[in-house]
Amino acid sequence: MDKDVAVAAKSLIAHEKPKREAPNRYRSLTLASPLLILLLWECLSRLSLIDARFFPPPSSIVAEFFRLVATGEIASHVAVSLYRIVGGFLLGVVPGIVIGLCIGMYRPIRFALYPLIMALMPIPTLALMPIIILVFGINDFSKMITIAGSVFFPVVINTAAGVRNIDPVFIDVAKNYGAKTKDYFFKIALPGAMPVMIEGIQMGQAIALLTIVAAEMIGANSGIGYLIWTDYKAFVLKGMYVGLVLISFFGYFFSLLLRWLEKKLVPWQR
Amino acid sequence: MNPDVKIRVEGLTKLFFKKKVGVCALDRVSFEVKNGEFVSLIGPSGCGKTTLLRILAGLEEASAGTYELVRDDPNKPLQSMIFQERGVIPWMTVEENVAFGLRLRHAPKAEIKERTEYYLNKVGLWEFRRHYPSEISGGMKQRVSIARAFANDPEILFMDEPFAAIDEQNKFILQEELLSIWEETHKTVLFITHSIDEALLLSDRILLMSRQPGRIVREKTIDLPRPRRITAVRANPEMAEAFVDIWNHLQNAVRGSALERRDEWALEPI
Repeated sequence: MDKDVAVAAKSLIAHEKPKREAPNRYRSLTLASPLLILLLWECLSRLSLIDARFFPPPSSIVAEFFRLVATGEIASHVAVSLYRIVGGFLLGVVPGIVIGLCIGMYRPIRFALYPLIMALMPIPTLALMPIIILVFGINDFSKMITIAGSVFFPVVINTAAGVRNIDPVFIDVAKNYGAKTKDYFFKIALPGAMPVMIEGIQMGQAIALLTIVAAEMIGANSGIGYLIWTDYKAFVLKGMYVGLVLISFFGYFFSLLLRWLEKKLVPWQR
Repeated sequence: MNPDVKIRVEGLTKLFFKKKVGVCALDRVSFEVKNGEFVSLIGPSGCGKTTLLRILAGLEEASAGTYELVRDDPNKPLQSMIFQERGVIPWMTVEENVAFGLRLRHAPKAEIKERTEYYLNKVGLWEFRRHYPSEISGGMKQRVSIARAFANDPEILFMDEPFAAIDEQNKFILQEELLSIWEETHKTVLFITHSIDEALLLSDRILLMSRQPGRIVREKTIDLPRPRRITAVRANPEMAEAFVDIWNHLQNAVRGSALERRDEWALEPI
């Protein structure tokens, strides 16, 4: 009888997998649509049907990209931005997870902090940048703090929601089997909240990229945001577009990275 | 006092509040369970039997009365509960679920490995030890729940309608499996069910509860020889009589509660 169940369970898995794979023709559509838009853009720009000063042809943007790569400018801008993004991201995510878990698990902490967090959330961290710069100075750290401030909120709220979503029966199970505080944290709350928490981290990742560009427009002399801003001010829009594409690329790259991480961290969810 | 008593319950009462109205879930419940005895509690749904078990398992507080679980071996956990199938923790593999209690109480590695392997084999889940609960059937999950409790090696087992959500064929198989594991260990068991057949098959003694507020109104000793098979129990005329007897009791209890739903054991609002 066990065998029957085994076979049934396995064939279920076997049946569900292929559904997820999109057929190849749809995949080619995914690739074709941006190419088509770029092609259209190129043509319109070259034929001067749109103003090439505002919309330089994509080929010239690519050329500008390779020029910046050759001079080494890109590498230094990207490196410094990534440093700030990753630093700020971690500075926001780690306390977000810890405080989120505490809010989810302990009622007094929830009552003390949750309304406060909800009230602070709508304040754009960018509006606080002048104060952040006054306090921390014009340096990488103040940019990290700005990013951390934006990343923190979706992470803390999603983590708390993730913990609150855990079926109370698992808490009963842990209690009945003699769990200590540490066990509730690491064996129940953290893994149980993980799926919702990762959604929050995804959001935080997107917000980190939005924030870095703006943060590098004020009081910075390097970074992708700086590149975009100075080229914009100098009306060298090719360089600005290179910066925008880079941001878009990193956004996509980070979300793929997080999806991969999610598969490793939440192997139990299908 | 009888030195052979393992569970002693005296005058246990539970009141709780629903929409500011006090409801009496348990009314001065008293009974004893002997060491190694398999006792079932049977009663109409909502009669407080689950509440009673949760109090004994340390998951809820009694309003009045006392209970005592007698400890014989200071090295073993006193009690473990077999939850319904949704008590299997989804972010742990089958193996991790079975080892859960042993890990929480920091049993020696070798013992964890040995006991986990033994019970995984016992319930026929060895091949599925690396699967997550979402990948196995409901019956298999309930096996995990049973293996987890037995692997923890407690002195007393509490079971809260463990087979309620399982289809009929699987239920028979699981009941006989449970019996065979239990006969190996002869742990003291308090088993909650609303299935008369199940109670007759498994128990040494059946306690019948009244409708809310739960009280123990009768008890019935089942002295069929062990090991028992479901077919033998079904074929036994005495058991058929016992079935009708308990059936009538439950009928009256349910009908009574339907007729006098408003008879208000519910207390005045406070």
